[in-house]
Amino acid sequence: MHEYSIVQALLEQCQTHAQANDATKITEVTVKIGAQSGVELHLFEVAFDTFKEKTICDEANLIIEHQPLLIYCNDCAQEYTLEKPEYVCPECQSLYIKVVDGEDMYLMRLEME
Amino acid sequence: MCQDCGCSITETEHHHHHEHQNVHDNPQLNDSKTIEVITKILDKNDQEAGHNRSHFDNHNVLAINLMSSPGSGKTSLLEAIADQESFKFGVIEGDLETSRDADRIIAKGIPAYQIQTGTACHLDAFMVHKGLHAMPLEEIDVCFIENVGNLVCPASYDVGSHLNVVLVSVPEGDDKIEKYPVMFRKADLILITKTDLLPYFDFDVESAKAAARKLKPNVDIIEVSTKQSDTIKKVINWIEFKRSLRD
Ligand SMILES: Nc1nc2c(ncn2[C@@H]2O[C@H](COP(=O)(O)OP(=O)(O)O)[C@@H](O)[C@H]2O)c(=O)[nH]1
Ligand SMILES: [Mg+2]
Ligand SMILES: [Zn+2]
Ligand SMILES: [Zn+2]
Repeated sequence: MHEYSIVQALLEQCQTHAQANDATKITEVTVKIGAQSGVELHLFEVAFDTFKEKTICDEANLIIEHQPLLIYCNDCAQEYTLEKPEYVCPECQSLYIKVVDGEDMYLMRLEME
Repeated sequence: MCQDCGCSITETEHHHHHEHQNVHDNPQLNDSKTIEVITKILDKNDQEAGHNRSHFDNHNVLAINLMSSPGSGKTSLLEAIADQESFKFGVIEGDLETSRDADRIIAKGIPAYQIQTGTACHLDAFMVHKGLHAMPLEEIDVCFIENVGNLVCPASYDVGSHLNVVLVSVPEGDDKIEKYPVMFRKADLILITKTDLLPYFDFDVESAKAAARKLKPNVDIIEVSTKQSDTIKKVINWIEFKRSLRD
């Protein structure tokens, strides 16, 4: 249930940004969660709704952008989305690939008043 | 200067907060505005992890994060390593499965510090920072961080180690690697433990290795049993080799 600690870190970031922008409340929080970030989206939502109470995000709407696993194949010189966490180029089977996105969690955008 | 502990580590990494203000300033309405942030949610943890790594680097200590389900053999492995001639090490103990883990290590004459995680399901970089200041870093070559027994949560947290070692024991089944891809993807070394039990379980070592290498094609894998000291020696050799690359 590390989603709870991740949400706590997110709420702290929201508080910091609100202060820096002299906002009194945050109305919308957009995050990007990678398919291979290890975060369970449902638990994340539940945790957000639970912990936002009485914080700057009390009335905030949570928007989750779901980021599939995206790789770049050096041999094809092209990006591919992977359906399964099998780290190989789906086109040419090369292992000479790098992960572009889909393994992390980001705070993307905040709407505030 | 380290803010938390007053230790003299200068922050090397600088984190950019990409804050583009006034993207949609909307003065007619109630002064609402949207800012683009684009920061990792665990940004603070990652900074602290970098700080921990600087501590280890300054003392020439290799830090190894041990992760697995409860009972896969993390503490037993450390005890078995202590029984052989090798590098000097210390243990930051976060596994609460048995509260006696740190005592088991100390009984072997190894410095160990038990982190009080309470009900936490993983260690984070701040907890490990406390632990590392309790370690005699001058005297050790390797610092193990025994993480909380859990194949999910610890995978999301950089604790400031240089290497991640993930254990999966024969009784757990060979499907664990496929079921917990995020964790096994993080591994620099996978240990298939309790191999003395292979005759009693349907654990297919080859298919476990294949599953691991789909997630991480270059991952190292060693089969280990605490009942066979030559297998422990292999783990020690792997760590010695990694140390030699950082001298
Ligand atoms: N048969 C066998 N049992 C082992 C081996 N390694 C550990 N164990 C047993 O597995 C249990 C859990 O081990 P422990 O080291 O406490 O696991 P941890 O929770 O990952 O630290 C203990 O009863 C150990 O004696 C092994 O190589 N072979
Ligand atoms: Mg243990
Ligand atoms: Zn390709
Ligand atoms: Zn410090």
